Amino acid sequence: MLALATEVARVNFDQARFGDDTRNEPLLSEKDATAVDPGENSVLPDDLTRDSLELPRISEPELARHYTRLSQMNWSVELGPYPLGSCTMKYNPSFTDAVAADPNAAVHPDRDPETVQGTLELLYGLQEYLATIGGMDAVTLQPPAGAAGEFTGIAVAKAYHQHHGTDKSEVIIPASAHGTNFATAAMAGYDVVELPSGDDGRVDVEALEAAVSEDTAALMLTNPNTVGLFERDIAHIADVVHDAGGLLYYDGANLNALLGRARPGDMGFDIMHYNVHKTFATPHGGGGPGAGPVGVVEELAEFLPRPQVRKVGADTPAAAADGGAFADAGDADDVDDTTEDADGPEYELFDPARSIGKVHGFSGNWLVLIRAYAYIRRLGDEGLLDASAKATLNANYLASLLDLDVPYGPFHHEFAATAGERDAADVAKGMLDYGVHPPTTKWPEFVDEAMLTEPTEVENKRSLEDLAHAFNEAFADSDEELHDAPHKTTARRVDQTSAARDPRLSWHALEDGE
Amino acid sequence: MSGRTAGSSGSPFAPHTAAETAAMLEALDVDSEADLFDIPDEVAFDGEFGIPQRDERTVRADLRETFARNDDLTEFLGRGHYAHYVPAVVDDLASRSEFLTSYTQYQPEIAQGFLQALFEYQSMLVELTGLPVANCSMYDAATGLAEAALLAERVRSTSGTTVLVPEALRDGKRATLDNYVDGSDLTVETYPYADNTVDLDALADRVGDDTVFVYAETPTVTGAIEPALAAVGDLAHDADALFCVGSDPVALSLLQEPASVGADVVVGEADVLGLPTSYGMGLGLFACKEDYLRQVPGRLVGKSEDAADRRAFTLTLQTREQHIRKERATSNICTNQAWVALRAAMHAASLGPEGLVALAEDCVRNAASLAADLDAVEGVEAPLDDRHHFREFTVGVADAPGVAADLREAGFAVHVLDDGTLQVCVTDLNADAADDLVAAFAEVVR
Ligand SMILES: Cc1ncc(COP(=O)(O)O)c(C=O)c1O
Repeated sequence: MLALATEVARVNFDQARFGDDTRNEPLLSEKDATAVDPGENSVLPDDLTRDSLELPRISEPELARHYTRLSQMNWSVELGPYPLGSCTMKYNPSFTDAVAADPNAAVHPDRDPETVQGTLELLYGLQEYLATIGGMDAVTLQPPAGAAGEFTGIAVAKAYHQHHGTDKSEVIIPASAHGTNFATAAMAGYDVVELPSGDDGRVDVEALEAAVSEDTAALMLTNPNTVGLFERDIAHIADVVHDAGGLLYYDGANLNALLGRARPGDMGFDIMHYNVHKTFATPHGGGGPGAGPVGVVEELAEFLPRPQVRKVGADTPAAAADGGAFADAGDADDVDDTTEDADGPEYELFDPARSIGKVHGFSGNWLVLIRAYAYIRRLGDEGLLDASAKATLNANYLASLLDLDVPYGPFHHEFAATAGERDAADVAKGMLDYGVHPPTTKWPEFVDEAMLTEPTEVENKRSLEDLAHAFNEAFADSDEELHDAPHKTTARRVDQTSAARDPRLSWHALEDGE
Repeated sequence: MSGRTAGSSGSPFAPHTAAETAAMLEALDVDSEADLFDIPDEVAFDGEFGIPQRDERTVRADLRETFARNDDLTEFLGRGHYAHYVPAVVDDLASRSEFLTSYTQYQPEIAQGFLQALFEYQSMLVELTGLPVANCSMYDAATGLAEAALLAERVRSTSGTTVLVPEALRDGKRATLDNYVDGSDLTVETYPYADNTVDLDALADRVGDDTVFVYAETPTVTGAIEPALAAVGDLAHDADALFCVGSDPVALSLLQEPASVGADVVVGEADVLGLPTSYGMGLGLFACKEDYLRQVPGRLVGKSEDAADRRAFTLTLQTREQHIRKERATSNICTNQAWVALRAAMHAASLGPEGLVALAEDCVRNAASLAADLDAVEGVEAPLDDRHHFREFTVGVADAPGVAADLREAGFAVHVLDDGTLQVCVTDLNADAADDLVAAFAEVVR
């Protein structure tokens, strides 16, 4: 462990708090409740309309103040460090918001493709970028989040196996995997075979060899894994799965560690999702929207959701897996514009031959996809390579400053510190008083009292030292002190048990004065 | 090893100075970041993507040019993706970075703002649907419908495996539903419409012991307001099936409250509030009865109190969710559409109940008046059914694809349903152009 390079003063943090002794900013319903009779003046017959609607009527100044106050009672990346492991809470560049707000981008999904060539150009460009970055042959942008990408990918695997007349029943998932992997496999109708972690925190290859069989539809894996370790045996793992007739699925949550250094396609993965709200810096929006595009190798491309975008006349959707394809493609003034004017549209939609159908009503989270495309274009090769470099540098530097043990290594963009005898969730509450967001706690489970920490590339040295200070101070606090924490946040420790025991899920369920 | 070092033009969003990087590397006792990577040579990537780095201004200019390639048509399009005028105050408040750049509220003490906003969103949906539980979002209406069908399979009061949906259902909904039920024991079957709404007799024939879920929409995909919801609900309940209604929060401001017609679940596209036209990006509304609380997919915000006995909000009943229940979770959803929900709640709050009802009433009146005006054009028949309409309706012409192509030349986008049928959608956003559309129809229909 290194000593802190500079003497760090405790950050003097206090989160905003509006309200009185019993509650914060009142609910909208406590500001006003106006009941109207919607049917009263309607042209519709009475039996088609409702009799009453009671909602708050709020003037615009009050509305502005309400939500501005709520915003001040909410932590965010633009306020300070947000090292939530596995979530890649990067800074979300402002210009991508400006780009997404372009009025010409506001088109309806049922527009004739010939009349929305700009939209298709962007979608095609993003398909190609992602294919290249992941080493995949074809990409769908339709899945609206990572978990939806998993579902899409496993549905593609299922369609592939069924097409080849092999009905398989199992998906193998390491114990260290994210909960969505298990839930996805079950939703797709597979039995989950859980693989225990090896002593070194990686896949236990012998256990894998024992687990695979002709029933294996796929192995779902993330790499680096959920404690930041690279699965060094990945080529062998791929062989084991492929030899059994299974497919290898890559959970893209941790791709930020590998940008420009390793590609799932080169590691032997057949299917992957990209978590663009993580790796490509689109804002997390308080829980979403994200986007979870899925890339596949050529053999699986015909199963992707419909529609896909391609260049008119091209028979493969995306084949840029060797890289080097974008030196000037897609630039505003490239020659293709003239082609379009002369010969009709440049891009078209098509349905892959054996498409699984759809996983979203339309084409996914368009406003998120725009931002991801703009981010990739801004960074380019150099920036992407530097993102993985600085993300890994930051995680290693931060870990070196901690008084907590980090049991496994060498790790990359994230690490799981252990709170040991302390309760990780309590240490996290202690950290809140230092003006930082704590890490993901108690996950993955094979690390005792895990504090999964991912600073991302956006923190500088000083900020990492502040973060280390928060960790170490909270870790040094007594159990009683931690039990009382936090003090400086809008709410003190929130009672989870009573919320679940007696669920009150709307203002209708609250008694007066609650 | 992946011995690669970025050049001088690294990530513009990694704030390290060269001196800081050097100090950090020295502290870690390595020469470069590349030494920190543990990637075996055999799988390391040493090629290039070939994507040049560009400055912000160039990227913005490029994308402006890209989007300028979209033709500037006045859209009379709906069929599941709608937009209404979104006040500037919604854009402004929702863009606050405290909202936009936060994530799921795993630490409620520091996230009371978003939690309260989501609690308010849930509450508005409870009011609009009449059902006591609303989650804080699904991805969109299609995945919401699919999750509702899966909920039916888990609910103990139901039996059977057949999911019944209208034959006239947007393809995106049907195809998503088909994928979601593929891993379950459910099968999807259709029932017919008569005059663009539920054919009750035909539905009565199809509903049976094996029916576990009946879905009906109001408005339907062609904009008809469904007059027989209560009867559909009775048919479903007689078979111990769940009754699911598809709608949206603007329509629900005016139309029958789903709870009053026996709905067990309500799904739909809630982004009709708060989100401009965005190529189908959505916000899945999901509300249901209290009985299914422990089977609800997605996140729920509940009221609690903090250690100082002050009111506080928190995510609750998380034992339903994937991060705790894994393969036994009620859904795999994790990242959802929270920010779109925030926008929808802001928009609803800015309209207030009178504003919402007026907006909904306009959806009825504008559709009726545009239909009448089109019907007055020779060679055009509108609407093609005897229903009341919400925002949109079908239009009969002799050569629908030809008429649509000519309308496009005149600057308008409409839906083509088949050789003789178009569909048009009118809202507050394009109502000003309705007369021009009628004139264009008169021009192109001969
Ligand atoms: C490792 C891992 N896999 C999958 C997911 C699911 O992604 P999403 O939340 O976008 O659905 C997450 C993130 O939440 C994750 O951390």
